[in-house]
Amino acid sequence: MALMTPGKAGQTAGEITAAQLTSSKRDVAGIVMLVGLLVTIMSTLLILFVLIGRVVRDAIPVATGEGTAFLTNTIGSNPAATGIWPGLYGSFFIGVGVVVLTIPIGVGAAIYLEEYAKPNALTNALLVNIRNLAGVPSVIYGVLGLIIFVGWLEPITGGSSVIAAALTMAVLVLPIVIITSMEAIRSVPEGLRDAGFGVGSSRWEVTRDHVLPYAAPGVLTGIVLSLARALGEAAPLIMLGAVTGLLPQPSLDGRFTAIPMLIYNWSGRPDLPGEEIGWSNAAAAAGLVLLLLVLTFNALAIYLRNRFEKTRIGQ
Amino acid sequence: MLTIHDLQGNHKQANRERLMRRLFGLAAILSIAISLLILYVLVDGAINFMVGINWQWSLLTDTGWFPRRERFDLRTIVTGSIIMGTVAMFVAVPFGLGTAIYLSEYASRRVRSVVKPIIEVLAGIPSVIVGFFALKVIAPDFVVPLFDPTTSRNMLVAGLGIGILVIPIMASLSEDALSAVPGSLREASYGVGAKRVTTVTKVIIPAAVSGLVAAFIISVSRAIGETMVATMAGGFDGSGPYTGWNVLSPGLTMTAAMTNAAGGTDAVKAGPSFDVLFLVGLLLFLITLVLNSIGAKFVNRVRQKY
Repeated sequence: MALMTPGKAGQTAGEITAAQLTSSKRDVAGIVMLVGLLVTIMSTLLILFVLIGRVVRDAIPVATGEGTAFLTNTIGSNPAATGIWPGLYGSFFIGVGVVVLTIPIGVGAAIYLEEYAKPNALTNALLVNIRNLAGVPSVIYGVLGLIIFVGWLEPITGGSSVIAAALTMAVLVLPIVIITSMEAIRSVPEGLRDAGFGVGSSRWEVTRDHVLPYAAPGVLTGIVLSLARALGEAAPLIMLGAVTGLLPQPSLDGRFTAIPMLIYNWSGRPDLPGEEIGWSNAAAAAGLVLLLLVLTFNALAIYLRNRFEKTRIGQ
Repeated sequence: MLTIHDLQGNHKQANRERLMRRLFGLAAILSIAISLLILYVLVDGAINFMVGINWQWSLLTDTGWFPRRERFDLRTIVTGSIIMGTVAMFVAVPFGLGTAIYLSEYASRRVRSVVKPIIEVLAGIPSVIVGFFALKVIAPDFVVPLFDPTTSRNMLVAGLGIGILVIPIMASLSEDALSAVPGSLREASYGVGAKRVTTVTKVIIPAAVSGLVAAFIISVSRAIGETMVATMAGGFDGSGPYTGWNVLSPGLTMTAAMTNAAGGTDAVKAGPSFDVLFLVGLLLFLITLVLNSIGAKFVNRVRQKY
């Protein structure tokens, strides 16, 4: 690698440094670079603030006009009176399903790969496979869910239902849970395990009593992040056949919808001129509810991870 | 006295150990089962589709994307994905890379501790909300007044929206690559009197280049797999003619073609107009798989070097 320094050929490092320290020439390239970088980072932050600001601004008429009735009303055909109750219901049970399913399976797989698996071809194939699964677009998980959970398992899920959606989302986030749990388990000091084995504990006992409690915050971070991801995903739900129109009575095994589906549907409807609350306001209000949920979970995950890292440094 | 019995250990403990080992192994094997099922579902559906159109390959390059009229021009949706993906990368690369360089090489510890979580917040924003933003802000406030397109929903609007979604991915992967460059290289560069700009452009970036390439490739894969923004803001509701490379015309991505085939208003969940989603899904799956694998190769190269 060419280590280029700004100076004439034949100069020694000392001469170059001296020339730079005493030179009266402005560091033009450096200033351009710094300004450029500041512009990009400020723009990135600005996009974020404008995006959130716009959602909040458009949601205000709904918040003042409908208030909490927006959360408890069912979906209507009038944007000023519509609510998101069936969407909340769907999103809530999708979230519950994801947590209940991914904790045992995701953490179990991570424990196997970190604690039990020998470094052989099968383990390597498992790791590559999990990494690949994490990169599969969400819409393809929707196709999987449509065939397996809506089609094959119809007797159990009732077809296109919240149960099918929860199963699909659980499969979607499973690789993320496995990868983050593995990282957390890997960070547990080896001495902890050795001490456990030394007093005659089996591997499972060491894992249960020492490794998992130590890795818990990191594992939890992954689960909370996955939950946020599952709540925000809409593409798989479209593939599963989630309802976009009216849905008076949500149930676990009947037709279903979720908050992202309502935002998707309402964003595409035109606003009538002169309306106090149009569909874009309803979409923004539903968006604000989703943002609050997702960002709360994300903030919780970031907090957990930072605390996790701090306790590690302390040791 | 020590007997054989003492050395045999605790049977109950050993049995439970075996059981737990099997259960955890089963959980890990499940991930392989998921991959195989994805592949089976896509291939089986794609074959069904091809049987449905009597293996007429010519239908796959004909006129445009009109599934209800049995015209499945793959050029239309592949071009759409490429155009929107390219626009997205024009947004994500400068903003993502700039953010990463700033955070890794310029920002003080305090600035980083504030800005990094904010970027992570951006990463957590659901794609439907960016879709809403594309429809209500990017289209009416930026693209329409600046470029005067024929329709307010078009590939530029969708591409910009997808770009916003990819910025945090590009930023975080690039930052990982930059911070993997050993401090000794930085110190050596500063030690011979190089300025910060020289160090960044001549030392850090060349050293991190394979990680940055990986970040780029994985970001492209995400941009192509992005669904909601393309569906909401792309402009074609499930069908449309081949529009060539005009970024201001409406377009359809592979992902949007899939959601439209499954969730259209008059969705009939059978026949070639529905089954085509499996063929498109298979194509998308293979494209993202190849991109992600290449990306992983580049990441591993960085790891091996340092």
